[in-house]
Order: sequence, then C-alpha cells, then structure tokens
Amino acid sequence: MAESTLEQPKPGIASLTPDELETPPLSLGQLTWRRFRRHRMAIFGSVVLFLIVIYAFGGMLVFSEAYSNRTETGARLQAPSREHPFGTDTIGRDILARTIYGGQISILIGLTAMLVELLLGVTIGAMAGYFGGRLDSVLMRTTEAVLVIPQIFLLLVMARYFAQSIPNIEFLGRTFSGSVLVIIFVIGITSWPYLARIVRSQFLSVKENDFILAARATGTSTRDIIFRHILPNSIAPIIVSATLSVAAAITLEAYISFLGLGVRPPTATWGNMLEGAYNYVESAWWLWFFPGLLIALIVLSINFLGDGLRDALDPHSRAI
Amino acid sequence: MTRYILRRLLQAIPLLFIISLVLFILMQNMGDPLATMGGRKVTRTEDRIRLARQLGLDKPILVQYIYWLVGNDWAKTDLDGDGVAETPGSRKGVLRGDWGISLVNRQPVTKVIGERLSNTLLLMVTAEAVIILAALLIGIYSALHQYTAKDNIITATTFIFYSMPVFFFALLAMYIFAVNFKKWGLPYLPTVGMFEPAAGQTPVQVAWHMILPVATLSFGFIAGYSRYIRSTMLEALGQDYVRTAKAKGLPRPEVVYIHALKNASLPIVTIIALDLPFLLGGAIVTERIFGWPGMGRLFLDHVSRSDTAVVMGILMMIAVAVIVFQIIADVTYAWLDPRIRYK
Repeated sequence: MAESTLEQPKPGIASLTPDELETPPLSLGQLTWRRFRRHRMAIFGSVVLFLIVIYAFGGMLVFSEAYSNRTETGARLQAPSREHPFGTDTIGRDILARTIYGGQISILIGLTAMLVELLLGVTIGAMAGYFGGRLDSVLMRTTEAVLVIPQIFLLLVMARYFAQSIPNIEFLGRTFSGSVLVIIFVIGITSWPYLARIVRSQFLSVKENDFILAARATGTSTRDIIFRHILPNSIAPIIVSATLSVAAAITLEAYISFLGLGVRPPTATWGNMLEGAYNYVESAWWLWFFPGLLIALIVLSINFLGDGLRDALDPHSRAI
Repeated sequence: MTRYILRRLLQAIPLLFIISLVLFILMQNMGDPLATMGGRKVTRTEDRIRLARQLGLDKPILVQYIYWLVGNDWAKTDLDGDGVAETPGSRKGVLRGDWGISLVNRQPVTKVIGERLSNTLLLMVTAEAVIILAALLIGIYSALHQYTAKDNIITATTFIFYSMPVFFFALLAMYIFAVNFKKWGLPYLPTVGMFEPAAGQTPVQVAWHMILPVATLSFGFIAGYSRYIRSTMLEALGQDYVRTAKAKGLPRPEVVYIHALKNASLPIVTIIALDLPFLLGGAIVTERIFGWPGMGRLFLDHVSRSDTAVVMGILMMIAVAVIVFQIIADVTYAWLDPRIRYK
C-alpha cells in the first residue's frame, strides 16, 4: 500500500494485465478490516482486550478456583506482597486469584447479557420497523416505558425481585452462584430499548429500497425479506451497538454488585469484589484498586474497539 | 405549540399508569416488608397476620395497587380478623395526593422524600452547572486547536474519563484527595456526609463537602459532552455563514462565540435534558459512596427493606421528571431552531 508505492515507481497502466486493472471487489469484512487496522486506538483497544481475556482465562492454569475462594482468616487485609501480589481481602482471600476468576464471570456476564439484549432488541426493533402500524406503536410505547425509569433503578428493583433464593448451578464441573443468571437476565431485559430504536430506524429506511420491492415482487417470504435482505443491510450499527453494550453490561454488573444487589458469593466478579470497598479507601487500597482498574481497562478497550468498528463499518467512508 | 405540549402530556398519562402497575407488581416480590419493619422483630404468627391485615398486605396485588392509586376510604376492611369488613380505610391514594406511609419509619412518603429531595437537587444542579461550563470550555478549546498536541491529549483524556466507571473515579479521588493529602499534610477534602457535625450545616461546610461528589457526578458527562461540543463546533466553524462573518472582518471572539457557538450549542440543549436518567443513575452511586443524604441513598435503603410506598414514590417522581424533561427538550429545540415545527 502507501509505503510500498513510495519505494518503487508505479508500473504504467499499459503494462498491467486486465486482471490487475480490475481488482476484485472487497467483501464487507475485508473492507472493514482494512479500515479498522488503520484506527490506532481501535488496535490498541483490541490488544488490551486480548490481554485481559488471556489474563482471565489463562490465569486458570496458574491458580485453582478453590484457591480463589479459600479464606484464610489469619491473613486478612494484607498488603500486596510476594505471596499475594495483589494483597488479600477482608476474609483473607487472594485478590489476584479472585480477579482472574471474577474476570471470567464479568466477561461472561457482558457477553451473554449482550446476547439477550441483541435477541430482544433486534426482534422488537425489526417487528416495529417492518410491520409498522399498531404493532409499531405498541412496541414503541413499551420501549418508551422502559426508558422512562433510569436503568440502574430498574436493575436494582428487578435484581431484588428475581434474586429470591435461586440455587447454585453446576456448569462445566464448577459451581456458580445462581445470581449470575439473574444479573444476566435483568441487564438483558433492561438494555434493549436503545438497540430496538436503532434497528427500527434502520428497518424503516432499508425497507423503502427498490431491492426490497423486487424481493417482494418475486414472492420472497416475509421471513426471508427480514432476515436475508433487510437485516444484513442493517448489520453495521447493530454490531457497533452490540460491542458497546458488552462494556455497558460489565459496568452495570459492577454497579449493582457494588451497591450490594449483584452476584452473590462464593462466585467472584470484578463488581462484587468492590462491594463495601469504600469502607477501606484509607486502610486497604488494593481491595478496590485492582478490580476497579480491570473494569476501567476492559470498558475503555471495548469502547475503543466499538469506536473503531463504527468508523470501519461506515458504508459512506471512502477510505480503504 | 400549546396543542403539541398538551398532546404529549396526555400521551404520558397511560404510560405512567402502565409503568406504575408494572413497578408495583415487581415490588411485591422484593422480600418480606414485615421482616424488616422499623427494626422491630415481628415473630409471633398471629402478630404477623394482624399486621399484614392492618397494612393491607394480605390483599391481592391488584387490590393493593388500586388502594395505592385511588385510596381505600370508599372500601371497608376487616381489621380484627373476624371475617366482617367494618372499618373504613383512611388512605386517599396517589391520584388525590396521598402517597401513603413509609413502612420503615411510619412517616408520610411525601415527608420522607421531601427531606432528601433538596439535597439531591443541590448536588445535581451544581453538577449540571459544572458539567455545562467545563464541557463548553474544553469542547471549544479543542475545536479551535484541532489536531494539535493539546487537542490530542484532551481527546485521549476525555476518552479515558468517558469509559471510567463512576465508583472507580470516586474511590481514586477519595484516595488521592482525602487519604493521601491528609498523609502529606495538605488541606484534604472530606469524604462523608454534608457537613462536620461539630461545625454544623453552614454553606461553607456544605460546599467543601460537595467538591468530591460533584466531581464524581460530573466527570463522565464533561468527557462526553466536550467531545460532542467539539464536533458540533467544528461543523459550525466550517459553515458558510462563519466564513462570511470572518470575511466581513468581525473580531474573532465574535465569530467564534456569537456566530459559531450559538448554532453549535443547539443539539447540546436537547442532550442535556434527555440525559437526566443517566445523571440520576450517577447520583445513586455517588450518594452511596460519599454518604450524601439524598434520594439515591433513600432509594437503596428502602429497596433493601421492601418499603413499597417510598420506593414507588421515588420511582414515579423520577418517571414524571424524565417525561417532563423529554417534552422540555423537544420544546426548547423547536424554540431555538425555528426550522423545526411541531404539529
């Protein structure tokens, strides 16, 4: 590209074979990647995100989950040391090991809550945008109703509503607190309205195109029009929004866990490691610093990534 | 315009009914209100039954909702449990301005919320002023110095602050400005409450205690809005009318602040009004961390004690405020931008 053309002079048009004259059209994926890799902040975000994921999942090989949950009352609130690089918490658990296992749950919550949000938001937005009329107005009034109560208030009420005695679940040979499912569910069902609005407006504009008219004229089924014609053409803002909502879900989990209504012990998350940490601002900074820093880093890197994707997926962008 | 506002207000009424019904149902499963009532332990079964009957908690949810909404002074309830409904109710219902009585401290909900409302408003209005002022300054500055080193530093910093969770900023700020400043012998900021009990609630004390909470509440919004102002300013500065203003020899401040800024600040007004829910969400975390006696903390305390009346009161007040601000946003926008007409 730019660097290579500087060194050697361009061959004359006449010397090119027809194949070289007409470069094959690039797919959306190729175009996006070409623009994305020029976005320095996005590349930086991806690298940091990758490192955090390696940290959370690779760390499993170093520490066992039992170690991360082992309490050692003799070693409470110890400052970072050789034995406990991130220190220990109020009941003597190793914070380094807990940030590793907590990170897994936080990332898992971010991704699955995003999937719940995607399912609801795309379905509701697509139905409202495609069918219009009464269905549209009912769905949009519902969307408005959810948006009127600030999400964090709604989350706190719902987390309490669903949190009543959910048993622990066994999965992949590990025990998870049932409240993880509750948190994923409540974040998912309170986050969809923004996505639904984006999808709806996309559908409203895409469905007016001539190719939709052509598809309808050739007798394509409604399902195929929605899923094979309109949805792929509205995918860019959905991808960006879904990426950013992973970061939002991780933050929201941290907020409700921080406020004491989130994921219950023994399962660690970055959020519930912070619960009550403000009582130790003065005496034990390591208690809140490491999980807080990890949340801030992952949110920052996902936001950078989302920003890069937004620019790279923009169909109006001419840069290749 | 008046018709538009009226129509929007009328549309809000069914919305509020639906929201209140859903929230009311959600609140019925939040735990046993009798278990945490006012710190007293209600252990005897017959006491529990009697209390539930007196408070109307034994009724079906829909009946409870109707009593909450329109009161129960038209219905008779069975207080002594003999199966005969004989005592007329005393509640007037939300629609007649009676928000009920807090289960926790037996005070009227309006009084409980009223005591905290002014503290929250003080925090939020101050934060909003700080947000607008700082975002305007930073946004205009980086628009006028586009792509310089300073602009790049501002961009990176705003991005970091924009992504930083409220609690992490708050804990860091407390650690630096309260804990370490104290250690280094510098004047340090207080971290808890509104005033020192010894000094009393003087304006100076409150202002001093507000610095950290206001900073915590505003930093994310300053970061977001200054990015936004930067881009709208850059757009406005590229317009023909700005070139005309420059060409006819107007002084630079007049071009920047009168011609460009006036047009660039239009969308910001809407965004500020529409972001009220996020500001409220930030307030709940901020108040919790800094022990600020506002509505956010009230909400948390009463949610954990399943106090339906107070929690419903707070949520419905917020819902009304959010709807009103949405209408204000639309109306202000039309007022500022004469190209927009509502029917």
